[in-house]
Amino acid sequence: MTWTKNVLRVNLTAGTCTAEPLKMEWAQQYLGQRGLATKYLVAETDPKVDALSPENKMIFATGPLTGTPTATGGRYSVITKGPLTGAIACSNSGGYFGAELKFAGWDMVIFEGRSPKPVYLLIEDDQAKLLDAAHLWGKTCWETEETIKKHHQDPQIRVASIGRTGENGVLFAGIVNDLHRAAGRSGVGAVMGSKNLKAVAVRGTKTDAYRPADPDAFAKAVAAGKVILAANGVTGQGLPTYGTQVLVNVINESGAFPTRNGRDIQFEGARAISGEAMHEKRPTDGKANLLTNSACFGCTIGCGRISKMDPNHFSIKDKPQYRGASAGVEYEAAWALGAATGVADLEMLTYANFLCNEDGMDPITLGSTIGAAMELYELGILTKEETGLEMPFGSAEAVAKLVEWTVMGEGFGKVIGLGSKRLCAKYGRPELSMSVKGQEFPAYDGRGLQGMALEYATSNRGGCHVRGYMVSPEVLGIPVKMDPEATEGKAPMLKAFQDLSAVVDSAGICLFTTFAWSATDIQSQIQAACVGDWSLEKLLLVGERIWNLEREYNNAAGFTAKDDTLPPRMLTEPAKTGPHKGKVAELGKMLPEYYQVRGWTPEGVPTPETRVRLGL
Amino acid sequence: MQRSLRIDPNKCTGCLQCEMACAFEHSQTYNTARSRIKVIAFEHEGRKVPYTCTQCDEAWCLHACPVEAIGLDASTGAKIVHDDLCVGCKVCTIACPFGTVNYVAETGKVQKCDLCEGEPACAKFCPTGAITFVDSDWTGLGKMRDWAGKTDTNPATV
Repeated sequence: MTWTKNVLRVNLTAGTCTAEPLKMEWAQQYLGQRGLATKYLVAETDPKVDALSPENKMIFATGPLTGTPTATGGRYSVITKGPLTGAIACSNSGGYFGAELKFAGWDMVIFEGRSPKPVYLLIEDDQAKLLDAAHLWGKTCWETEETIKKHHQDPQIRVASIGRTGENGVLFAGIVNDLHRAAGRSGVGAVMGSKNLKAVAVRGTKTDAYRPADPDAFAKAVAAGKVILAANGVTGQGLPTYGTQVLVNVINESGAFPTRNGRDIQFEGARAISGEAMHEKRPTDGKANLLTNSACFGCTIGCGRISKMDPNHFSIKDKPQYRGASAGVEYEAAWALGAATGVADLEMLTYANFLCNEDGMDPITLGSTIGAAMELYELGILTKEETGLEMPFGSAEAVAKLVEWTVMGEGFGKVIGLGSKRLCAKYGRPELSMSVKGQEFPAYDGRGLQGMALEYATSNRGGCHVRGYMVSPEVLGIPVKMDPEATEGKAPMLKAFQDLSAVVDSAGICLFTTFAWSATDIQSQIQAACVGDWSLEKLLLVGERIWNLEREYNNAAGFTAKDDTLPPRMLTEPAKTGPHKGKVAELGKMLPEYYQVRGWTPEGVPTPETRVRLGL
Repeated sequence: MQRSLRIDPNKCTGCLQCEMACAFEHSQTYNTARSRIKVIAFEHEGRKVPYTCTQCDEAWCLHACPVEAIGLDASTGAKIVHDDLCVGCKVCTIACPFGTVNYVAETGKVQKCDLCEGEPACAKFCPTGAITFVDSDWTGLGKMRDWAGKTDTNPATV
């Protein structure tokens, strides 16, 4: 089984919490988490609603493997309409919160309406209630978690909350659980804030909420999966040792590391902000930035970074509260806060990352937006009078200050909080926003990796790398090596990656397992855990169905094929250096084929045949 | 040979596979709420510490129990709670200086680590070697080895 078959519906307007049975026929079609919650959202809301209105709904959803010993089986997602993009938003997080929700006996929590005053939801097994959050409003995620645990005298409560950014409507505010894991992207925290919901606190003690369909087969499949992860070079050594930061030097040398708002494609400071650098002793205090690695619930990889800053670094000299251990930078954050802004100061990046965790911000959109603002500043379009500070590329002081202002909703931070699309439009240069469908793309340059260009253009939540990670074949050679400059063959490979990623997300496990696990390795665990037929054929069909459902939501929200594009810089300004010097993203060569392999019209709409085949 | 759980917190990542294994072994659930080993997080120090019963020879819990529900498993050295005798009075939970015997409301009994009849599930499922099950007489051997490795045994230069 492994679904609890229970859904908690919380009407924030009325202040009610109601249990209802999970629609099992939908679970059989959409598996769980990302897919299943999308089905609920599509069924219950108008895609044209204002994302920050009470008419939007927000769903916290686990997968059937969440809360099981499957390696990385602890994940949950937040699914809603995203305020940054106006497209479907689905942000995935690890930590311990997701498993706790399952332990309490819930597959999903659906939030609807808007509370008249700040509240938080407390779930203790079957009991769920909305409590006054007046004393929590204005607090950081870290303070909120601590306050809730103290108030209820229960350190074992798990908390997911928004910080001040979510309260202030920062359009890329995230939801933070367990201090430093986050449903980070697409502004799901702003939606939570718009609903006056400060936090969700969960404690689960039920022992009979769910069971695998075949416990012995499940134990065997899970054990086999762990052996594969331990033996694989990426998941067994690279990620535990260097985290995702293992990629900085690799991607920079491969010539696909967008730098200074994408003006450049290689960063001369990459070495200084890399995973390797985190291990090296600082000249200032003789200690390394990295303290240890850490794992999310059930994870036998352990890619998390735990860092301690140099206490004398300018950013925290007068702030002793940041001298303790906390989550260090990961690849995307180091790139966005560092390379996109031209800053090679690892300690400043760590500080900014702490702030992103403390108050819930997506570091990708944050860093990329600051990078865009820095370019506007260098072009003379933004001035010191306008922004309140000098902010050339490479200024660590400027980035630190801008991140602080964005958290506090002060000064120019308010403009940064809009994201780069709105910021660049405001100053008359919309083309300088490195975003797709309003969301900034992350740390891989589409001019160097053609498959990633196609992934960014077609991702259902806007610019994103974790919907179809073409870096695997184009750089790492997983499962096969593809020429990053080639456009041939990218469309069908991307489709396969996108469909499989939808399955992985919907199962409740981490995408990083796919560095080592084949689709079959995942299938055998799902089949043993879940009631019903979960053959590989069915799973991939489920993945494709989810992808198309998301696409149809976006189409109904007003997106068209015209939005499946990249910033002009990626399409027309050739890479200046590196192995892909002279290249641009050749989207036009791949997109028609992509629509074709997806079974879509040239306008990017699923054909009637495709809809029938997928049972939409 | 008697064996003991040896815990090296430096190797713990906080994945809770040990807690799930313990809960499943004893209560057929993955819910870590039923685990007898707990990973305690010291977030601001960046430390995760798995903690459970050390199986004291002169066990406070055993001596405190008024109905002799806690006994010795001679084959493993574990102090075992006999559910058929336990009356749920919780005196053992007060007596234990380490907090590693706890009441379970659902069953009305106390629970503690019983070393899984000599094959502790926590050690078996720990992916990093933070929890091992070693010769009780030589739980210090690993540390001795670490320090021995730091000894300067280079031949003196002439």
